[in-house]
Parts: sequence; C-alpha cells; structure tokens
Amino acid sequence: MTRKQRRLSLIGGSIGVLAVAVALMLNAFRDNIVFFNSPSDVAEKHVMPGTRIRLGGLVKTGSLVRGDHMSIHFEVTDGSHETMVAYQGVLPDLFREGQGVVAEGAFDPAGLFNADTILAKHDETYMPKEVADALKKSGHWKDEYGQRAAMPVGGPNK
Amino acid sequence: MIAELGHYALMLALGLSLIQSVMPIVGTRNNDAVLMSMAVPTALAQFFFVGLAFLALTTCYVTSDFSVLNVYENSNSAMPLLYRFTSVWGNHEGSMMLWVFILTLFGALVAALGTNLPIKLKANALAVQAWIATAFELFILITSNPFVRIANAPFQGRDLNPVLQDPGLAFHPPLLYLGYVGFSIVFSFAIAALLEGRIDAAWARFTRPWVLGAWMCLTLGIAGGSYWAYYELGWGGFWFWDPVENASLMPWLAGTALLHSAVVMEKRGALKVWTILLAIIAFSLSLIGTFLVRSGVLTSVHAFANDPRRGIFILAILVCFIGGALALYAWRAPLLKQGGLFAPISREGALVFNNLFLTSACATVFVGTLYPLALEALTGAKISVGPPFFNLTFGPLFLPLLIAMPFGPLLGWKRGDLLAAAQRLLAAAILAALAIAASFALQRGGPVLAPFGVGVAIFIMAGALVDLAERTMFLRIPPAAMVRRAIGLPRSAWGAAFAHFGIGVTLLGIVAVTAWGSERIAALKPGENIDIAHFRLTFDGTFARPGPNYSDLVGHFTVHRTGGELLGAMEPSRRTFPARNMATTEAALMSRRLNQIYLSLGDPNPDGSVPVRLYFKPQVLMIWLGAVIMFIGGALSLSDRRLRVGAPRRARAAMLQAAE
Repeated sequence: MTRKQRRLSLIGGSIGVLAVAVALMLNAFRDNIVFFNSPSDVAEKHVMPGTRIRLGGLVKTGSLVRGDHMSIHFEVTDGSHETMVAYQGVLPDLFREGQGVVAEGAFDPAGLFNADTILAKHDETYMPKEVADALKKSGHWKDEYGQRAAMPVGGPNK
Repeated sequence: MIAELGHYALMLALGLSLIQSVMPIVGTRNNDAVLMSMAVPTALAQFFFVGLAFLALTTCYVTSDFSVLNVYENSNSAMPLLYRFTSVWGNHEGSMMLWVFILTLFGALVAALGTNLPIKLKANALAVQAWIATAFELFILITSNPFVRIANAPFQGRDLNPVLQDPGLAFHPPLLYLGYVGFSIVFSFAIAALLEGRIDAAWARFTRPWVLGAWMCLTLGIAGGSYWAYYELGWGGFWFWDPVENASLMPWLAGTALLHSAVVMEKRGALKVWTILLAIIAFSLSLIGTFLVRSGVLTSVHAFANDPRRGIFILAILVCFIGGALALYAWRAPLLKQGGLFAPISREGALVFNNLFLTSACATVFVGTLYPLALEALTGAKISVGPPFFNLTFGPLFLPLLIAMPFGPLLGWKRGDLLAAAQRLLAAAILAALAIAASFALQRGGPVLAPFGVGVAIFIMAGALVDLAERTMFLRIPPAAMVRRAIGLPRSAWGAAFAHFGIGVTLLGIVAVTAWGSERIAALKPGENIDIAHFRLTFDGTFARPGPNYSDLVGHFTVHRTGGELLGAMEPSRRTFPARNMATTEAALMSRRLNQIYLSLGDPNPDGSVPVRLYFKPQVLMIWLGAVIMFIGGALSLSDRRLRVGAPRRARAAMLQAAE
C-alpha cells in the first residue's frame, strides 16, 4: 500500500466508526429521553399514559398516605396544580412533606402517576434545579427554599 | 489571624503566578536564558505559598475556628478529627483550594525534577501551567474565597453534609483531582510544543509518566467514588450514568487513549499531531468535568451550592483554555512533522483502533451528558438522558474494543500478522468458549447476553496471560530461563498485561452483578425472616446507638446459610445528624469471597415495621478489584526504566562518588 492509500484507509475507518457512533446515538435518543414536567405542565399538555416522564414539585403537606406492602400515595404540587403519585418501595432519606421531589415514571390510563423511582436529594437545603425552576415559573417560589437556614447573628463579614 | 495569613499567601501566589505566566515565554521568544530560568523558582515559590494557604485553611478546620464562614458552614467541633480534616475539601471553596494546591504541586515537581528537560520546552510548559494556576487562583479569590470571616463568631458549626462524613472523602476527591490536574501537565507540555513548533519522541517520554500517573489516580478515584456511592447512597448501584460520574469518565477515556497513542509516538514517532490533540482533549474534559460539577448546572451529590457568578467564571475559563488551545492547535499543528509509516494490521494499527473506539465512546458520553444542558439553554425543554441511552451507545462501541484488546499486544510493530496472533490466542478463545458454556449451564433464567459477557471477560483475562506466556516463552524453555526472561521483560509489558487483565476482572464483576444479582424489598417486624439467594436473614429488632455528632437507629439482623450454619450479624442503621436535621442510610455489607450481601434500612413505619432493601451482589467486589489491578499495572509501567529519563545518569554519578 502506498502512503496515500494507508492514509485514506485510516480516514475511511475513522469516518466509519464515527458514523456508527452517530447512528447509535440518534437511535438511542429516539426512545430514551425523559422529559421533565411540573404538575402545571401535566395539566396543560396532557401527557400520554405510558410515556415516561419526570414529575417534579413539592410534596403537598398533608397528602402523604401509607398503604400496605410499602406502597404510598402523595401529591406533587407546584402551587397552581397537583398531581397524584403512587409509589412502592423504600423512600429516599430526605423525602418529606413540603420538600422538593422528583419522581420518574408514567401515568396509567386513569390518570394516576405511577413512579418507579423517587430521586434522592443529598442536602437539606438543596432544591433540585428542575423543581426550583418549575416553582419560579408558576410564581410560587420562595427565596428561603434555596438558602441555608438562618445565618448567624451579624451575618457574613465581607 | 491564620485565615488572613492564608488569604495573603494566596494573593502572593497569584502574583508569582502572573510572573511565571509571562517571563519565561518572553525569554523563549528572545532566547534570554535568565528570563527562561525564572520559571523554576517562581513555580517552587508559588507552590510554597499555595501550600501555606492550604495549610492555613486546614488549620482553621482542624481547630474548629468558626469565625471563618467556610468552616462554620461545613464543620462541627463534635466531628472526629478525620472528618474535620477532610471537610476542608468537602465544600466548594475548599475543594477549589485542593485543585489549585495539586496544580501548583505538579508545577513544582516539573520544575524540580525536570532537570534534563530541554530548557525552552520546560520554560514554556511551566508558563502554560502558570496560566491555568492564575485562572483558578483568580477564581478562588474573586468568587470562592474560603477565608471570609463572620463578625460575631458562632459557638458551633453547621456540620459537614452527612453524606460526606465518610472515610471515602479522604481518598476520592484528592485522587480524582490528582488525575484531573495531572492531565494539566500534559496539556502544558502540548501547548509548549505547539508554541515552539517542535515535537519529537523525547516529548512523549517526558510526558508519559504524567499521563500514566494521572490515569492511575483517575482510575482509582473513579473506582473509589463508585464504591462510595454503592455503600453510602443505600441503593446498591455501582454506576448510575449520572452526569457527574460521566464528567470523570470522559477524561479517563481520553486519558486511556492518550496513554496508548503516546506509546506509538515514543516508539515509532507516528501519531504526533493526534497525540497533541488528545492531550488537549484530555485536559479540556477535565476542565469540563470541573465546570459540570462546580457550576451547579447539574443536580447531584456534588453540587454544594449554586452561585451563578461561579458558573459564568468557570465557563469563561473553559472557553479561554479549550478555545485557545484548539485555535493554537489548528494554527501550529501543520508545522509538526509526521513520521513513521505502518500497515493497518500492526501494533500501531491496533493502537489506532483503540484510540478510534475510545474517543468515539467518549464522544457518545459527552453528547449524552451535555445534550440536556444544551437543549435547555436553547429551547427551555428539560429532559434527562438515563442509563438506557448510554447502554445503547457506549456499550456497542466498547465491545469491539474489548474483543480486540488481547490481539493488540501480540501484533508486531510496523507490520503484524493477525492470523499468528489469533493462533496464539486460541487457548484464550477456548477458555472463553468453556466459560460461556458453563455460564449457560449454570444460569437459570438469566439474560441471554450475560454468558457472552462472561466469555468476553475471560477472553480478555486469558489474553493478558497469553501475552505474558508468549513473552516469557512459557513451557517452551526450562523454568530457570523462563524466570530470567520474566525478570528481563520490560516492566511496561507487565504493566500492560496487568491493566488489561484488570479490565477483564472489572467486566466480569459488572456482568455478574447486573445479570445475576437479586433484590428484595420488604417491611419487617422483629422476629421475621427474609430470604435471598442462599441466605436467610432474621430481623432481631432495633436499638439506638449514640455517635460523636449523630445518633444511630441500628437494626440487628442474624445471617444464616439457608437451613444451615450461622454466618454472622449485619447492622445497617439510620443515622440522624441533629446539626443539619438530616438522616442518612448506613448500609451493612457482608462479603462472602467476592460476593456481597447488601442491606439498608428505610424510615420505620408507624406500625413498628421497618422497610429494608436487601440485595445479593454476586462477584461485585471484582468491579473495584479490577480497578486496583489496573492501578498496579500503571504503577509497574511507571517504574519502567525507560520512563525514568534521568535514571541512568544519576546512577553513574553515584558510582563516581563512591569511587572517590
């Protein structure tokens, strides 16, 4: 093989592999993207039953009901709308009423959101970004959500 | 006072860094040896002052000086000494300090150890290193100052995030940063070579130890983070394809490619331009990783706090360095001379194959990680890209790489014989086929692909052994001669075999856990049993156990083999931290050889039952054991004589001294 042929075969091979990579990605993107929705989004645009989505908002205070076999029901709210969520399993450490939550799953035909994953938060003052944005959009954001509990007397000296 | 000293030391370091950024470059332009030689003392002094600042911050933490805001927010005097120490980098400001500390440490090492580097290359590389240091020191001083005081000091701190109160914090971030920042040295050398317009095999020899060292630390850092997430988060997963994990995987993939292409460049003088590009990419991905984790654009364990100014600042650093480096590359790379012809089927060809697939796999991870961010910025739609995407893209691209891996080391340089390599691998292929058959026979209703996964893993492991057997002429020459050959083998050959073997071990662990692991979730009352695999766990009840800055609600479980012997007790707990009013799950692990039983507790129900998650994880320890083997492989390769450029000379000097 001449130098030119070798270089061409190298370039050809590279383009081939890259084309395969792009094809794989496009194929994977078609089915495996999960959209984030707030309860208001859900009310607005009617998500098809069976479509996987992420639902985010605050766990409505007083809505948590525990059933048998570790099943629970609760409502997710963004201040304007609520969505009923069912989940079975162990809840993450920081799941509480009045706190931010992101649930992944799909609606059943009756309009109940069946979550198979409840995403954990890792810090008591930390609000999932998607939830914070959704609350801001619906106009129910309170500044203290994103901040640490009360600063010490005197405040930071900067 | 100590905090102010630290703050001042950091400013001095910034001043020194500015001098180091400019003077050596001016020197190389004008052939001024004095200006060029300024790089060494400034690099050493800069390290000294950053070290001083880091020490000051550490002192504030260890002595619980809550008049420093950063200490108040992230520490607590009731914490054990280890956590008071590690919480230095358990927060945004402190972790950036660690970043810069390691950056200047490496700069100082190049300055002190690189006595045999060409003077221009060294001056330019240290100057580029100082550009990076300047950017990050400015970042700390302007947006993330850890030395800010509070007017009236509180009596007690707000505690470190409980998830981080773990010995893992002592290893995971420093190792990861050693890896990320290690690539900065290679980046600086690459930019220096472009500035000079000259690159040769010696360049590859200078940079290879840095690539190797960074790669080793990154390997161990990623594996450590994976194990930490596995036992701390209570979900029993070892890899989530979380954006933050991907942020560390991308530089690892690029670094692995760089490691291999640098071999070609060193041995055969080929792939120079490509290697330079990979060096730029590896560090760029490290920077992007830092951006993703530190800017708060992502939701994850690692997002300590969101301050938009920081995100914009890091984005600016990113654009300057990556954009600047790529522009310089486009402008200067054509000056570098190409060399070294090779046939497509050859060791070089195999390494190109490796690079092609590694970088393509890296690209899919990149797209999957950043696409949601780009889409949100452009259209406002919020999406998440989960594990299925990565399994469908990364998996198929990694598979050819895995299958081809044993062939590479068996091919000759310049022109290889694929058939001969295949013949030598016959034994490995037979072993793999047997493993596939055995897995099919043993598994009951597992996934069909799993036995093939086992086969590939065995093929890789056996292939690494075949490589060693071929090189030592195993069983073909007398044992004594064989041992001599084994000792005489370059350590880098041993290193490559170890690293490849480690990949096989990790793969075997991943396949076994994914395919044959089992999970049970139940709410148990005291006295009730739960079965998994061939084990029976009895829940004996819960009791409270106080800790230094937390209290544990411990569940006591007795573990028996089903219908047989007592194996021991497991004590998972719910840990409550009053300072933050926060609870964590402390999973209990019982290792049986390489298998693990994994048990974690949920919040107790009102009726007195306790929810438990119970997993049986077959061969799970192999995942991390494989990473340790890869690390050992790297260490062996690093100890290769060829890489210690100055070693022979130093030995001669020592002999002369002895003679006097």
